[in-house]
Amino acid sequence: MDLVANILIGVIIAATPLVFAAIGELVVEKSGVLNLGVEGMMIIGAIAAFATTIETGSILGGIVAAIICGALMALLFAFLTQTLLANQVATGLALTLFGLGLAALIGQGYSGKSAPPFPKLHIPGLSDLPVVGPLLFGHDFLVYLSFALGIGVAWFLNRTRAGLIVRAIGENHDAAHAIGYPVVLIRYATIMFGGACAAVGGAYLSIVQTPLWVENMTAGRGWIALALVVFATWLPGRLYLGAYLFGGITIVQLHSQALGLKVEPQLLAMLPYLATIVVLVIISADRTRARLNAPASLGQTFFASH
Amino acid sequence: MEKTSEYLLELKGLTKTFPGVVASDNVSFQVGHGEIHALLGENGAGKSTLVKMIYGVLQPDGGVMHLHGETYAPANPSAARAHGLGMVFQHFLLFDALTVIENIELGIAPELAKGDLRSRIVEVSEFYGLKLDPDRLVGELSVGQRQRVEIVRCLLQNPRLIIMDEPTSVLTPQEVEVLFRTLRQLASEGCSILYISHKLEEIRALCHKATVLRGGKVVAACTPAEESAKSLAEMMIGDVLVPAKRTETMIGAERLRVDKVSLPSTHQFGVSLKDVSLSVRGGEILGIAGVAGNGQEELMEFLIGERLTRRADAIVIGGVEAGRKGPDARRALGLCPVPEERLGHAAVPGMSLVENTILSARVRKQLAGSGIIDYARTREFMQEIISGFDVRTAGMDHAARSLSGGNLQKFIMGREILQAPSVLIACQPTWGVDAGAAAAIHNALIDLTKNGAAIVVISQDLDELMAISDRIAVIANGALSDPEPVAEVTIESIGRKMGGPSSVEHADVPH
Repeated sequence: MDLVANILIGVIIAATPLVFAAIGELVVEKSGVLNLGVEGMMIIGAIAAFATTIETGSILGGIVAAIICGALMALLFAFLTQTLLANQVATGLALTLFGLGLAALIGQGYSGKSAPPFPKLHIPGLSDLPVVGPLLFGHDFLVYLSFALGIGVAWFLNRTRAGLIVRAIGENHDAAHAIGYPVVLIRYATIMFGGACAAVGGAYLSIVQTPLWVENMTAGRGWIALALVVFATWLPGRLYLGAYLFGGITIVQLHSQALGLKVEPQLLAMLPYLATIVVLVIISADRTRARLNAPASLGQTFFASH
Repeated sequence: MEKTSEYLLELKGLTKTFPGVVASDNVSFQVGHGEIHALLGENGAGKSTLVKMIYGVLQPDGGVMHLHGETYAPANPSAARAHGLGMVFQHFLLFDALTVIENIELGIAPELAKGDLRSRIVEVSEFYGLKLDPDRLVGELSVGQRQRVEIVRCLLQNPRLIIMDEPTSVLTPQEVEVLFRTLRQLASEGCSILYISHKLEEIRALCHKATVLRGGKVVAACTPAEESAKSLAEMMIGDVLVPAKRTETMIGAERLRVDKVSLPSTHQFGVSLKDVSLSVRGGEILGIAGVAGNGQEELMEFLIGERLTRRADAIVIGGVEAGRKGPDARRALGLCPVPEERLGHAAVPGMSLVENTILSARVRKQLAGSGIIDYARTREFMQEIISGFDVRTAGMDHAARSLSGGNLQKFIMGREILQAPSVLIACQPTWGVDAGAAAAIHNALIDLTKNGAAIVVISQDLDELMAISDRIAVIANGALSDPEPVAEVTIESIGRKMGGPSSVEHADVPH
């Protein structure tokens, strides 16, 4: 029973950074912008949080630093793509490479250090229940925040006027502009929100999950987050399903190694990525279905001609 | 508070200059209360620039506007809306993947969107005879229904002036009647309407006053009911108009045959082709009428070979089964296309005119016979197009997107017609060109039939189809009616076949 609970807790810890990064990117894409720089923003969030936590001793300070740095990275992307009208795909790839390089540079002095333990929720009585206790009432606050964030985003997109405007801009930016909505300004906002979320995802890796700084520690999670948005067909609810599925595969891979199953470890390490490809193929096979929620202006450069 | 004034809207000396062109030159006119005022002019006459200034999209360089006797200078469309202006754009400002109610909410002031918007939508749409289902996705609606969404959105703001930009170009004659009834009802309630169109008969039937623009200037003001369509047209173009005349041609052998084709649409909100058959013979023009979005795009993709069919005999060009042949092979068989979308389909926007010519005429004019481009020959052919179709361009090496819509249209029509096709498929052949150039294009099409070519013209302009076609068929919801000789049809009989608001298949759109 303990093994099952441990596996489930492991899944939650593995899935949480993916949830943060993917929810942020979902909002960005709903506004019609494709930011492929998630990986870069995540790793910057990871090092910003780790370095700040080590230097100040404050975990909360670390998370705030990650949010600020992630949003700044995203601001760079927004300036290049929305103001200078650079190609979004090329800029996003550049942002990832830039982020990985910059994080490695900043992180040189932090290898081998370890962050203070992250406080976990403890409700006397509830958290001490067997299995259910640690599973539901024994996590760090970021896990609960990741759920609140998804619910908040779903509510914002579907129930508020501001969310409707974001969706409209992603659907047809020319019409939104002609009606009088500030397309570029709103996209700046969503892009920076996405950057902040990705950075919190990265911070989770370096101060909760491991808690260590290792170069390239995001290890492609930013790319999985991007794939998750498509996998979820831009629906927040489905995104959790995807994130926990991928988190699950990662953990099963670890445990199968521990149990000494005779499977090549490289093959297992490939699993999440293989699953991503399979899911993308399945979704792409039914084009109309995938397009139903897909923002129609996704990735297109918006230029106000008047 | 409100001063009473003789006119609702008054323009005095409005001027707007763009680099190299004065789009609006000292324009003055007035719109009275409850007046339906026509703004008349060719493409490029400055109508849209003027309207954009009134609606706050553009700011004038000079001149003033008065609304209700007070100075009016809207900084943006929201300011214009706050002053009681509404606009129905020619290209609807709608979001396909959102519902009717969401679309309306986006287009009105936040204060108006509060409360029970749904019941107000239903109330307004019923009062003005514009039936709408608030929960449908806009992408599933017919073009006529989409226009209703725009109009209802306008009306919810209790506008004092509604600007309508070419509102009938996408409607069936029956839908036009409904629209006119609504507009007259609005005018009788004191709402003024600024009506932009180049359809002269409509303006004569509907509008109280008209201002005619040419080259950015006001050239005439008149009462349309007292003018004839011909005199209005001549005011517009400033010249005497000689319309194309269809003469007897020898009808030859069958050049194009389509046999019972059914094809599902590949577009999310597209229409599937249903059992479409047609046959066109040499020397004949077949007109295909229909409201936009009833399968024209899908029919075009099929005819020109962008979508292949399993059956090779689904389409026969000059006796050769071509169902499995792509566009290039069909060109070699003599079929030349003019797709509807000029930039991006008929021409590559970022490539020069010369390059665009090579892309299309390479096969039939042997411009790259050995795999190496023969630029000398291409330029020779280009020169033929430019002089033959009066294409106004700064040079052959300029990008296609630098041409105005009308000039690009002339270039594309010229490029295809001068390849001497045996079958020409033209979608909206005179889209965006002025009346003089339209007559020239019609004459070129007629000349082509004299040389034995078969022509299919897909158009939403019934007057155009009636003027040049031998037979007319109607495409509605993906099905093609049997063609009838043009002498046996009337605008009304075609309009009935075009159907009212067509019901788009839901099967194509999973929920």
